[in-house]
Amino acid sequence: MIGTTAHTRGRLSVGHRLLAMLVAEVLLVLLVRSLPALGLAAVLVTLAYAWAGVRPGEAWRTLRLAILFAVVVGVLQSIVLPWQRAVVIAGIMVLAVAIAGLVTLTTATSDLLDALERALGPLERFGVDPERVALTLALTARTVPVIAGFGRRLQESGRARGVRLGPVPYAVGLVVLTIQHAERVGEALRARGVDD
Amino acid sequence: MTTPVIELRDVTVVRGSRTIVDSVSLVVEERRLGVIGANGSGKSTLARIIGGLISPTAGEVRVLGLDPVRDGRAARARIGFCFADPDAQIVMPTVREDIAFSLRRSPLSREERADRVDEALVRFGLTALADAPAHLLSSGEKQLLALASTLVREPDLVLCDEPTTLLDLRNAGEMAATIESLSEHLVIVSHDLDLVMGCERVIRLDDGALTDDGEPGPVIDRYRRDMARARS
Repeated sequence: MIGTTAHTRGRLSVGHRLLAMLVAEVLLVLLVRSLPALGLAAVLVTLAYAWAGVRPGEAWRTLRLAILFAVVVGVLQSIVLPWQRAVVIAGIMVLAVAIAGLVTLTTATSDLLDALERALGPLERFGVDPERVALTLALTARTVPVIAGFGRRLQESGRARGVRLGPVPYAVGLVVLTIQHAERVGEALRARGVDD
Repeated sequence: MTTPVIELRDVTVVRGSRTIVDSVSLVVEERRLGVIGANGSGKSTLARIIGGLISPTAGEVRVLGLDPVRDGRAARARIGFCFADPDAQIVMPTVREDIAFSLRRSPLSREERADRVDEALVRFGLTALADAPAHLLSSGEKQLLALASTLVREPDLVLCDEPTTLLDLRNAGEMAATIESLSEHLVIVSHDLDLVMGCERVIRLDDGALTDDGEPGPVIDRYRRDMARARS
């Protein structure tokens, strides 16, 4: 069963959402210095998710890697810092990802691209191609699961041959598959009239 | 006199010391052309030349009256290309957004684009998956999405390069039925001989050269016979 992704459920325009995200991230980093402040920030972010109508499963899928990473960072930080400070640092990391995730979960990628193209418009006179930058970002987001699939395919092909791929052959295989994929994507983009 | 859909004159592609397409001449007026041949026979390269994705080393190409090399942009606006590997073709995170992505450069208004995307979703039975993550679709669904993203631009000619190769029997059958229902001019490059049997004309390539050309039945029979002979 394939789940659906939350889209355009927010009541703010894309520009306002991006601005709100920027303000929230800055306030998070500047103001959260204690466990009570972290708790308050976590409550506010949770309320924002509820207001936007994001389902708990979607939120979990967005945050699970960040939580895992924050736990590792928190444990390492607790070796050299008081545990309260380590928890605050790890918590800020998770909340920062959660705030950015809220924007991506509630905004269609095409709307984000349009907003980005508009925002980069003034840079066109300095040689920046807004459409190309936006396209690159879209491709980056799309390529993550594809490259993850390459990684799984390499591990499986190693296991099928009874060998465990070391980091170097694994990395080489991943680079080769990624370059081949990039060539095919470039050709497909031209065929779709996007990169003429 | 009507302009042929495709005209090739002595088209040759050489890569290094290897001749991939060898002096192919062809005039296509039929609505559906099938291209068959063994692996490495030059089928996909020929499709890419027709689609304006690569330039021939020598020879002349006209597609819908345009030169796909000189008038690349205009030609590609009228030609759709569906690749064997839909993963390379799918760019956006969801089904609806990927179809809409094909219309980013279109002069249509936002509303017209949305309507066109909705029509494509219905036409290819993808409405229920409209907001699903594209990378989690099955192979058959991905191939349908790739076809929908190609056809939403309303091309006059659609090139399908091995559209059923990566699909299981059920999905290949469904894809074949979808392709058969298309009203656009079609070039189908395939090993799936049942699929090309539905074409009005089939050509065969061997080592880059055009070696057979005619109605599907006789061309496919001769191909099967030659393949069987080569195995024995």
